[in-house]
Amino acid sequence: MTSTFTDLPRLMSLMTGDEKHGPAATSTLDALWVLYDRVLRVSPESVDDPGRDRFLLSKGHGPMAYYAVLAAKGFFADSLLPGFGSYDSPLGHHPDRVLVPGAEISSGSLGHGLPLGVGTALGLRAQGLDGGGGPAVWVLIGDAELDEGSNHEAIAYAGAAGLERLHTLVVDNASATYGRPGGIAARFEAAGWSTATVDGRDHDALYDAFTAPHPGRPRAVVARVEGKEG
Amino acid sequence: MRERFASTASRLLDDDPRLAVVLAEIGKDGFADAGRTHPDRVINVGIREQLLVGVGGGLALTGMRPIVHTFASFLVERAFEQVKLDFGHQGVGGVLVSAAGSYDWPAGGFTHMAPGDVALMDTLDGWTVHVPGHPDEAEALLRDAAAAGDDSVYVRLSAHANAAPRDVAPGRFLTVREGRDGVVVAVGPMLDGVLAAVEGLDVTVLYATTVRPFDGARATGRHRRGRRRYGRRPYGRRTRRAVPRGHVDGGRERRPRRRSAPGARARHRPA
Repeated sequence: MTSTFTDLPRLMSLMTGDEKHGPAATSTLDALWVLYDRVLRVSPESVDDPGRDRFLLSKGHGPMAYYAVLAAKGFFADSLLPGFGSYDSPLGHHPDRVLVPGAEISSGSLGHGLPLGVGTALGLRAQGLDGGGGPAVWVLIGDAELDEGSNHEAIAYAGAAGLERLHTLVVDNASATYGRPGGIAARFEAAGWSTATVDGRDHDALYDAFTAPHPGRPRAVVARVEGKEG
Repeated sequence: MRERFASTASRLLDDDPRLAVVLAEIGKDGFADAGRTHPDRVINVGIREQLLVGVGGGLALTGMRPIVHTFASFLVERAFEQVKLDFGHQGVGGVLVSAAGSYDWPAGGFTHMAPGDVALMDTLDGWTVHVPGHPDEAEALLRDAAAAGDDSVYVRLSAHANAAPRDVAPGRFLTVREGRDGVVVAVGPMLDGVLAAVEGLDVTVLYATTVRPFDGARATGRHRRGRRRYGRRPYGRRTRRAVPRGHVDGGRERRPRRRSAPGARARHRPA
């Protein structure tokens, strides 16, 4: 059965028992869907293919939307979802790549995904897989996760190294206590990244931002969604 | 040993396309030639140790075997969470190569000492730890580590060395001399000092260049008739109390290892 975006609330409710989800639980949902539905070249059949696109969920908190999208795309059965967080379930409160089919990294501690993504992009390049049609690396981080200094080590280096196959998706629900004066995209631009800031609920705008060419530079897309409190 | 590391790893890069060296400025001069030959596999991330280790984990996720190098204090202590999560928690392995552990460079001050490096690695599962005592041994152990599949290996290089190399085998203690009154396990660069100290004593001296896993059978089996066992190691063991007895060091000892720390200064002696 092919799932669509409208199936995702039902899949999430299998984990939460709640048909209506607050903004925080779904902040990543639209961007994740557009990536997996229209952009990433990865499927349940290609999870071990060296040439697959990689999606690294760095912000491992609140992974229900991620699990729902993976289930919708057939990486694992819907029947796993009701066990979310229980003793025998592979679906923990933070994803574990060894347990969750389709998960590229284990995450939960903030600030690890982007350095791992830099290493992944470098590894693909060293293996000659970084051509125009080569695999892309996507890392999803949250706006507050940018507080972690490790991200800034990765942002500075990736820009200088011109890691074109590396992409960062920042889901911005304005949850960073001190904000980001000057804007999130400015941090990446200053380091030499190509950037776009779009409405994180507008699927066509997300798609356009995800697929715009950015020769010789890594790409950052800031997806703005309603505030955590809203 | 650091010079030998650079020359050995550079040659390994020529031979094995799966290997990549990751640096954070420290040690980069030794890889200048290799970097020209293998620009995509000699990676210097700048003075960024979290990224250094994270990049190593990311390379391993693509099937490569990273060799990650900097001073022990920055590699193991500063970036410890990256070692814990970006390798172990991802289910991938790599080779970490440190320099200047413990008190290798006392003039550098406490910022450049890492007496707890091996103790910290003891809190993680599955790491092999090599402590060579001579550049020739460092080369042999580095080659073994690079070829060790997807194993996680920590190679602890020192500025200090014994006068002559020994014919060491990875994972095995070497019996240097036999005696009846006890067993001394000398780790890496401590061997020459130990041999001088036990001159005239009827003790066995075992030479350990791989300390994890600990060759407990050799230390406690064949030589169990010896009443005393001593370890002389160039690193501290303060966090050892957090590790269940027998888990780390072979498990056949009947008394706490911590009781004997001959030669250790009071502040480094277990309470």
